[in-house]
Amino acid sequence: MLHYTLRRLLYLIPTLLGITIVTFVVVSLAPGDPVELINRGQMDARISPESYRQMLHLYGLDDPVHVRYLVWLKRLATLDFGRSFLDQRPVIEKILERLPATLALNAASLVISLVFAVPLGLYAAVRQHSKLDKLGGTALYLLYSLPEFWVALLLIMLFGVKLKLLPFHGMQSLDAEDLGFFGYWWDRLLHMVLPTFCLTYGSLAFLSRFVRGSSLEVIRQDYIRTARAKGLDEKRIVYQHVFRNTMIPVLTLLGLLLPTLVSGSIILESIFSWPGIGNLFFTAVLARDYPVVMGLSFVTAVLILLSTLVADLLYAWADPRVTYR
Amino acid sequence: MNPPAEAPTNPPSPRATSGAKSAGFARIVWRGLRRDRYAMAGLVVIAVLFAVSWLAPVLANNRPIVMRWDDRIIFPAVAELIPLRYVLKYPGVTSLDFDVLKHDAGVALVMPPVPFSAVSTELDHRLQEPDHTHLLGTDELGRDVLARLLHGAGISLKVGLVATGISLLIGLLVGAVAGYYGGGVDMVLSRLIEIVICFPFLFLILAVIAFLPPSIYNIMIVIGITRWTDIARYTRGEFMRLKAREFTEAARALGVNDRTIIFRHILPNSLAPVLVTATFGVANAILIEAALSFLGLGTQPPTPSWGGLLASAREQDFAWWLTTFPGFAIFVSVTAYNLLGEGLRDASDPRIAYGSKN
Repeated sequence: MLHYTLRRLLYLIPTLLGITIVTFVVVSLAPGDPVELINRGQMDARISPESYRQMLHLYGLDDPVHVRYLVWLKRLATLDFGRSFLDQRPVIEKILERLPATLALNAASLVISLVFAVPLGLYAAVRQHSKLDKLGGTALYLLYSLPEFWVALLLIMLFGVKLKLLPFHGMQSLDAEDLGFFGYWWDRLLHMVLPTFCLTYGSLAFLSRFVRGSSLEVIRQDYIRTARAKGLDEKRIVYQHVFRNTMIPVLTLLGLLLPTLVSGSIILESIFSWPGIGNLFFTAVLARDYPVVMGLSFVTAVLILLSTLVADLLYAWADPRVTYR
Repeated sequence: MNPPAEAPTNPPSPRATSGAKSAGFARIVWRGLRRDRYAMAGLVVIAVLFAVSWLAPVLANNRPIVMRWDDRIIFPAVAELIPLRYVLKYPGVTSLDFDVLKHDAGVALVMPPVPFSAVSTELDHRLQEPDHTHLLGTDELGRDVLARLLHGAGISLKVGLVATGISLLIGLLVGAVAGYYGGGVDMVLSRLIEIVICFPFLFLILAVIAFLPPSIYNIMIVIGITRWTDIARYTRGEFMRLKAREFTEAARALGVNDRTIIFRHILPNSLAPVLVTATFGVANAILIEAALSFLGLGTQPPTPSWGGLLASAREQDFAWWLTTFPGFAIFVSVTAYNLLGEGLRDASDPRIAYGSKN
């Protein structure tokens, strides 16, 4: 196990370097020069060639590509992603500021989908081929295929615009501060309902299908037949034997889902004007705010890389049948 | 969801058959697929979508299908069907004002079922709810929503297919080389796959798209070059499995070169799971195109696209007809490809097809 862990950690290095190269190359291939963009928004858009060169130099944009890459890499090592071109604030500060909003949304969604998906999938597997299993399977399948941005628009149209029941803009109302303690949190909760729902239904459907498939595999195993043969009651079999073994692949999947906690949904956050990471990335892309785009791409890619590692290690730890080669 | 398995007494092992027999495998898959009602429904919907996207100029157009003009019978709308454009050219027809002619009682003409084109605007009929003339309403410029939906089908399918074609090309190549050669080559290519996977869905696409001039071709290319990893992984797995088989060894013993072994002997046998992945890939690409157009970075107006229609719904205070219909079109076509993909997977997987699983 130790050997396996070390080997996986070693594999991390080239991938990590690759991530930095991809991030850097994508951004440096981009046409349109940030200095130009910074000045575009200002009163006097025309700057002299001299000051233009000075600004290029200030950002280090006149160095050759490999020098810029190495300089950038050195700064990355200290988690310094530079400053946003838009407001000159450090990128890491901007990311950390947006993190709680995305975290709240995605954590709520993950918990809700787990709480519903595991029992649903388990039940469907135990009662395989029953009417409920077939009906639920079809329903979940359709749910999974519904494009989230369409569902978001439909729900906004219905609950937001027509019925005026739920807010669909941002995290809180404009007058949230005057609502008192309970009013404030109630307001925030209401703002979370629609985005959380849109974020959840798809992963709920996916997860429960996954749990169903995984428990079906378990149910066919010999040890379940043995448990049945020695006369254990069905409840005990399901809870103790099927459930626990089903959770092994689910655990791995969870490890893989962890980075979505912080990466955020670009489409949903932009529809609901949710001030999270996805929204930050989208506005940065539109404004060609390179440091933010690079910083965010790098951070999320590294988190995903680490979580695949964690997922694999978890799997190896939870399932002693796995051989580490 | 799974086809009822009538287990044959002696299940053939389809993947082990050599190139010459792979037609037999195709027939086995087709037989399994035919029994799968959902997959067949998906196939029918896809066929209809193809027909619609090709026939869109005849289905929805402000030019007549047939009309008598200058003692001649002409087919202005039919002439817009892409392959026919060069065959049925009528001098002077483009200068005809069909909108005026339509209301001229003396002119005999047959209009398409939806007598509006995707781009013709009627500014005094802006944002109309569905009624007899505009069956699905009009958008903010008075364009007929149904006409735009019909014409938008082509964009969606084209992006789906071309993007998947590109990712198939990259994925097959990377996967084949990694799986066949193994060792250091595999190590490098596997890291490459891992790197691409590490970037969240849409992050990479958006980062590239935002820097390119918006065009449908750029969208196809970017989706293609970012979504090939699944295909590469499946291909790699299949190649690793198949390169140890007897028929590969036999080919190698006969002195067949690597390229021939890869493309003629292993590739045909590894296509089944890859094509399943590609089918899901088409659904995915359609969805991504819609999402990008919705975000304003995809297909640019006035070209009709389903995602673009949804974007205009958002700007028009969520007018229900603008919100409902385009989204439904996206949903139906994505689901059709997904159902076909599931059906193909079940039909081509001998473990499932012969009743040992599920």
